[in-house]
Amino acid sequence: MSILLDRDTRVIVQGITGRMARFHTKDMLEYGTNVVGGVVPGKGGQKVEGVPVFDTVKEAVTATGAEASLVFVPPPFAADSIMEAADGGIRYCVCITDGIPAGDMIRVKRYMMRYPRERRMVLTGPNCAGTISPGKALLGIMPGHIYLPGNVGIVGRSGTLGYEAAAQLKELGLGVSTSVGIGGDPINGSSFKDILERFENDADTDVICMIGEIGGPQEAEAADYIRDHVTKPVVAYVAGLTAPKGRTMGHAGAIISAFGESASEKVEILENVGVTVAENPAVIGKTVAEVMGKAA
Amino acid sequence: MDVHEYQAKEILSGFGVEVPPGALAYSPEQAAYRARELGGDKWVVKAQVHAGGRGKAGGVKLCDSDHAIQEACEGMFGRKLVTHQTGPEGKGIYRVYVEAAVPIEREFYLGLVMDRSSQRVMIVASAEGGMEIEEISAEKPDSIVRSTVEPAVGLQDFQAREIAFELGIEPGLVSQVVRTLQGCYRAFSELDATMVEINPLVVTGDDRVIALDAKMTFDYNALFRHPQISELRDKSQEDPRESRAADRGLSYVGLDGNIGCIVNGAGLAMATMDTIMLAGGEPANFLDIGGGATPERVTKAFRLVMSDKNVQAVLVNIFAGINRCDWVAEGVVQALNEVQVDVPVIARLAGTNVEEGQKILSKSGLPIIRASTLMEAAERAVVAWQNDLTQATRMRAVK
Repeated sequence: MSILLDRDTRVIVQGITGRMARFHTKDMLEYGTNVVGGVVPGKGGQKVEGVPVFDTVKEAVTATGAEASLVFVPPPFAADSIMEAADGGIRYCVCITDGIPAGDMIRVKRYMMRYPRERRMVLTGPNCAGTISPGKALLGIMPGHIYLPGNVGIVGRSGTLGYEAAAQLKELGLGVSTSVGIGGDPINGSSFKDILERFENDADTDVICMIGEIGGPQEAEAADYIRDHVTKPVVAYVAGLTAPKGRTMGHAGAIISAFGESASEKVEILENVGVTVAENPAVIGKTVAEVMGKAA
Repeated sequence: MDVHEYQAKEILSGFGVEVPPGALAYSPEQAAYRARELGGDKWVVKAQVHAGGRGKAGGVKLCDSDHAIQEACEGMFGRKLVTHQTGPEGKGIYRVYVEAAVPIEREFYLGLVMDRSSQRVMIVASAEGGMEIEEISAEKPDSIVRSTVEPAVGLQDFQAREIAFELGIEPGLVSQVVRTLQGCYRAFSELDATMVEINPLVVTGDDRVIALDAKMTFDYNALFRHPQISELRDKSQEDPRESRAADRGLSYVGLDGNIGCIVNGAGLAMATMDTIMLAGGEPANFLDIGGGATPERVTKAFRLVMSDKNVQAVLVNIFAGINRCDWVAEGVVQALNEVQVDVPVIARLAGTNVEEGQKILSKSGLPIIRASTLMEAAERAVVAWQNDLTQATRMRAVK
């Protein structure tokens, strides 16, 4: 078991004919991901990396039984593509696209609510590196070789900082059950809390590593959830101790605008609910190892 | 993206929000002329800068004569206005807005923001007008009225009425407040704003509801579909280095320290800055060069970082995933050959093909201080900055 994504998950790539999408489709296939098709309106009938392209998500789902999708569509059209996936029967969607208007994401989130919970698509991202269940499947743009299969669940906003953590774990011989990027945008598909809930219920995950940053309420909401519901040990790191207030630090969502949104406040909130916080990004792996030693 | 008060007022007025009559001026003489055109005998002269807190900083003056207007303007034009939102360097005043003064009976605070908890637009209002929302929430949190808008149907009149009644608006004026709220919400959602703030919204002596000040911020990611909003960008209000970076597709924020940073990924860039601080240094900037660290991007990044005269060392931290380290290393070498860098450069590469990358750096013959972990990189950057180039060179020999 792992969360969200497994060896057998059938995957389609929306926007598969683009340069980036082609590159990563090849990479995902090489990793072993079960990519069964792609969707680009008007390009149905073509093939990319040996997989068939369809005009609509519905057609792709009917023809291939696809359950998951990866959205590589440019920002002006990405929200529309996510909604098409939600309506077309996709169960899990990862959106890589960076630069989607926040107003569009508000509409996407509202649109997804129209489906009853048991049929509602799970969305992670946008503006994320994707999700990987090491040794099984990769749905995103991360380099697969830096992840060992194992029992640490990783959830984080940032792509490369997530790589940093995975590489540190690998260095220590520790592996990952699933790593999920929730993205750096202010309005995102899944929050820390949503993913923590999945890790808590996943038999293959023993420790959770949460990589947050400044801005937004989701780390504090996660802390409440950890206090009330999470029994597994949680290690966290929060980036942005040196970030000034009111300035956007790269990610549209990385801006301190209210209490509880600065890195030091988030660290305090997480420590108060028993989370072990790594004091600097160079010791994320080491901190996980120490916690695992204690837990064992 | 921020716009000026007069621009926000023009936009909101197009959505039915009442604003005082006013006119823009680029010189003291023009301001006086505009005031005569507006008529009346009392005017407010307001410095147009992208920042709040102008009143306390001397950027808003009440005037009752031609002479007073010219005098007020002469104290503004060409000066930098320093408010609690501008930072110590302040923002240049190149335009003033002249408005007919309005007899104020009561003041209210009104704001529309993107609420990240509910993931919806939230209206925030308070009867404590004139104060900043931070002060209100710290001192009179109970006075704040909040209401979130269901995105599928938009703001409903009943919600706007509820807000008006909670603020204690007289029944006869409620419909004007409803019209103001509806106008603000429509402007927010139709133009992809991320913030609309009217502080204060006033009730006048003659029973009108008027937006006395207005601030709007727009979503950069949505500017592609609002060319009329993009045109309002005023580069004189931006940090020149940040505007240059934005024009080159790099994400840069200037800070006060001496160690320049070049990193791929926003989270890793913040983490790098934090590590520098833990090692005893101060970062000079935040800089995310994005996923594909091409040689061109690395070169642009070096130019940008070196344009900050405070930079006394540069730390390059790249976690190469799909873009391999050997390729990134070639980019760093190319950049150092093209850009004049007379301070120590510390490079930490990690990820795919790291050994090949290190080889390229060492073979280049360039004085690059290498590090294998983030902490090591930060410590070496701090040492290089604290001591001098000689010491940095010695360290390299040891390595």
